[in-house]
Amino acid sequence: MNKLTNEKIMFNAFKVVAFTIVAIVLGLLLFIFARGVSVLSLDFLTSPPENGMMGGGISSPILGTLLIMCMTVVFAIPLGIGAAIFLSEYTDNVDPRITRMVRLAINNLAGVPSIVYGLLGLGLFVLFMNFGFSVLSASLTLSFLTLPVIIAASEEALRNVPRGYREASLALGATKWETVRNVVLPSALPGILTACILGLSRAAGETAPLLMTGAAYYLPRFSGNILRQFMALSTHIFYMATQSPNPDLTRPIQYGTITVLLIIVLSMNLVAVLVRSYYRRKLR
Amino acid sequence: MMRNMRYKKPVDPFEEMSFDGAEEKIEFDDFNLWYGDNHVLRDVDLEINASMITAFMGPSGCGKSSLLRSINRMNDLIPECRYEGEIEIDDVDINGPDVDVYELRKRVGMVFQRPNPFPTSIHDNVAYGPRIHGITKGRELDQVVERSLREAALWDEVSDRLGDSALSLSGGQQQRLCIARALAVEPEIILLDEPCSALDPIATTKIEALMRRLKEKYTVILVTHNLQQAARVSDMTAFMYLGRIVEFDRTREIFENPREELTENYITGKFG
Repeated sequence: MNKLTNEKIMFNAFKVVAFTIVAIVLGLLLFIFARGVSVLSLDFLTSPPENGMMGGGISSPILGTLLIMCMTVVFAIPLGIGAAIFLSEYTDNVDPRITRMVRLAINNLAGVPSIVYGLLGLGLFVLFMNFGFSVLSASLTLSFLTLPVIIAASEEALRNVPRGYREASLALGATKWETVRNVVLPSALPGILTACILGLSRAAGETAPLLMTGAAYYLPRFSGNILRQFMALSTHIFYMATQSPNPDLTRPIQYGTITVLLIIVLSMNLVAVLVRSYYRRKLR
Repeated sequence: MMRNMRYKKPVDPFEEMSFDGAEEKIEFDDFNLWYGDNHVLRDVDLEINASMITAFMGPSGCGKSSLLRSINRMNDLIPECRYEGEIEIDDVDINGPDVDVYELRKRVGMVFQRPNPFPTSIHDNVAYGPRIHGITKGRELDQVVERSLREAALWDEVSDRLGDSALSLSGGQQQRLCIARALAVEPEIILLDEPCSALDPIATTKIEALMRRLKEKYTVILVTHNLQQAARVSDMTAFMYLGRIVEFDRTREIFENPREELTENYITGKFG
């Protein structure tokens, strides 16, 4: 076998692998959308479940998921960015072994299964802090789950800010915080925003932690109270598929719910991509 | 042997000099600096005059950049850095306990080897320093920006596009923008750390012409490993080797009549 044939075989092998992945994703999306889109209607999106969840719409799970996401943003983003700023900017005088341990801990947290976060939330927020089964407990749990992703990616974005920007600012007599706030953070913002959106979009689809911290099987209506139980899209799908007296009857609603959840997650990812490319073009 | 390598003070440094009224601005007194265990600057004694260009010249690793960065205490940012001895600006020890390092850096501007404008507009780059130091009125900022850009000989090229990204400028323009940014906080001393090493010859010529103009108002200190540049623009030159000042004199003396063999070997290209 000569080199040229060898080259062609390898090239085609990699091409097949790459396209297989694309095909799997597209196939999955098509399969779901083909069954789900026909269910979608204004009525479906704006009315609550009825008739033992075998009829009606999904307004309360949509609102529940959105509320939880908003609160996760409130908890996770300031904490995550703050920790990333500390790790990237303020560790000059800290023993490097300590920062290494902190980083190791964060990276390991990112790999912890979500059910473990669910147990943590149940023990810490629901029981110990007595927030009960509630939107608050669920949001705090999801914040913990997304924190490692946000911290690691934000720190990466901060570290990619050229050293020259920091030096220029400090040499003008700016303090460290002025430099971070006015120069480093704005430059790292696209990367940080992308990190936050991707972290949150992962949280949006999480199911196990919600099951353990306050997702209800069925609520007659969305309460809007953060100390009460809630319905969420992901847990709604789970309950319909496994706990319903007649799963077959809920099937169209399941596909509709999955479609809505996927649209939310995919559009968040799309926003992340757009943010990144917008800033990239702006900086050129 | 070691004593030999220390520069010998000229009997009267201003004998025959035409720099009337030259006044001392910066004085190093037995200054030593270490990065960890690495002894980077050894027993530096140096007097730098106002309204002149002083060049620190020497091969890579001789400590010239470290010496420059001691003047605005940029070395403070390196955790393992420590020093002994004194640096005085206008007879005040800059490492003293009462010195506000942010005020010091405002008085001592710095321009770096690679042009490093912020990824914002030309206007905002120059306005950054004044904003940090409390100027918030738009009109006032605009005046500072125009004055600084004129002083840095960049105004005519950018006056109609102050809102454009600083990164759209050429390398030489970016470096002049960085000089304008440093001038905007009204420093007394300008430190230039190999400001032309990333630039083409034409851009270099412009920066050198600018340096000659700047010395009328500012004390300019230039670090360079480019002999010709030191010879072209500086009034005084310090030749450094292995962390010591080998010789410090008027530039013409250094190049035409060096007292130390080491200096002569360097300027004749026997090492570098």
